[in-house]
Amino acid sequence: MSQSYDRGLVEDFGRWREFSAGMWAWVFHKFTGWVLVGYLFTHIAVLSTAISAAGQTQAIAAENDVYTTVIVALESLLVVRILEVGLLAVAVFHILNGCRLLLVDLGVGLESQDKSFYASLILTGAIVVASVPTFLAGVF
Amino acid sequence: MSTQVPETETETEAETDVEHSEPLAPAQEERMRKKAEARADREERARREAAERADDDEDTYHLKVFRFDPEVEGKQEPRFDDFHVPYEKGMTVLDALIYARDTFDSSLTFRHSCRQAICGSDALFINGRQRLGCKTQLSDLDQPVRVEPLPHADVEKDLVVDMDHFYDQMEAVEPYFDADELPDGELEEQRQTRENREKVKMSTRCIWCGACMSSCNIAAGNNEYLGPAAINKAYRFAMDEREGEDRKQHRLNILEQENGVWRCQTQFSCTEVCPKDIPLTEHIQELKREAVKNNLKFW
Repeated sequence: MSQSYDRGLVEDFGRWREFSAGMWAWVFHKFTGWVLVGYLFTHIAVLSTAISAAGQTQAIAAENDVYTTVIVALESLLVVRILEVGLLAVAVFHILNGCRLLLVDLGVGLESQDKSFYASLILTGAIVVASVPTFLAGVF
Repeated sequence: MSTQVPETETETEAETDVEHSEPLAPAQEERMRKKAEARADREERARREAAERADDDEDTYHLKVFRFDPEVEGKQEPRFDDFHVPYEKGMTVLDALIYARDTFDSSLTFRHSCRQAICGSDALFINGRQRLGCKTQLSDLDQPVRVEPLPHADVEKDLVVDMDHFYDQMEAVEPYFDADELPDGELEEQRQTRENREKVKMSTRCIWCGACMSSCNIAAGNNEYLGPAAINKAYRFAMDEREGEDRKQHRLNILEQENGVWRCQTQFSCTEVCPKDIPLTEHIQELKREAVKNNLKFW
């Protein structure tokens, strides 16, 4: 074999512009999956403040136990509210695309896999936009 | 630009010598005169055509072609060459490349054979997508037409890539018919039902061009992965009812492995680029279900 030129990673750079629907679906699914895994850790961290709050009946009744104060403090931040909207977007897309992948695995409607991807994108957008008033209520 | 202006043929000198050598017979003289006229006419026409071509810039297609030659110093650094190829109706990318090679630069290297999308030699990366050069009309493409060798394969020279690994993977799935039981008579035919033929029909259309392997992201990062083409080949035989249970079990054993069907992430890239429109992802998914059915047992 003659020597050959390995184009290496350079050839992949900028190739995302040529992605088609199925490829974008895969990229977004991976991305949202990792975001959800990351969120799981913060979720557990926040929820675990309830452990130290457990049993403080008086504090809970007065709504100044550790868990409640942490939640209230977090929810009063605009950043957290915006991140929550983002979290919803990520979760909804992951769910919808997961359903799409389920259909793909079952071999149902493989010809319209690109359309179902666009549909899940549009639906995600609609749900997220509709959720904005709820998420941002009372923070300003 | 390494393009050269095509040389205009000038053979007049040698022939004028003959004319002046000695007195000729009238008939011969007449013939020579006619020939000279015809030659002048031809040259005039060629000049006119060349001039028209130069004037008519919109009638040429601009190709940017990947060039690399490991054996020539100064060409070891990959570069893009520009070719302006006169457009003719119905011209494909392969036609344009052939024109560029024959007219401008005879060192331009690419594979081609049948020129009708059957041999599978000329899968190229054209304008950001794996396509067959002979099946892609220039008129469908935006200019400049960027022609590169298939991604995720080692480039040997210019547009020629090393296909060895691809062929190895195709061999790995044992791509030949091998029935458990042969019919008694030596000349007995092994008939397939029409339904079964329909089922494997699309998978038989593979021409081993390697476009799907090149487009597959998973195959790019994992050399062990069988890849869409090989799995499709396995599908063609695993789904063939004439082969029998033992053989099918053997085929599924190959496909079920870590780097068999389960590497597929259903990105549909292979299905998008396949020049023969084989539903590759569908076939891979069906083999996945077969593999599950093969291993799930309800006692």
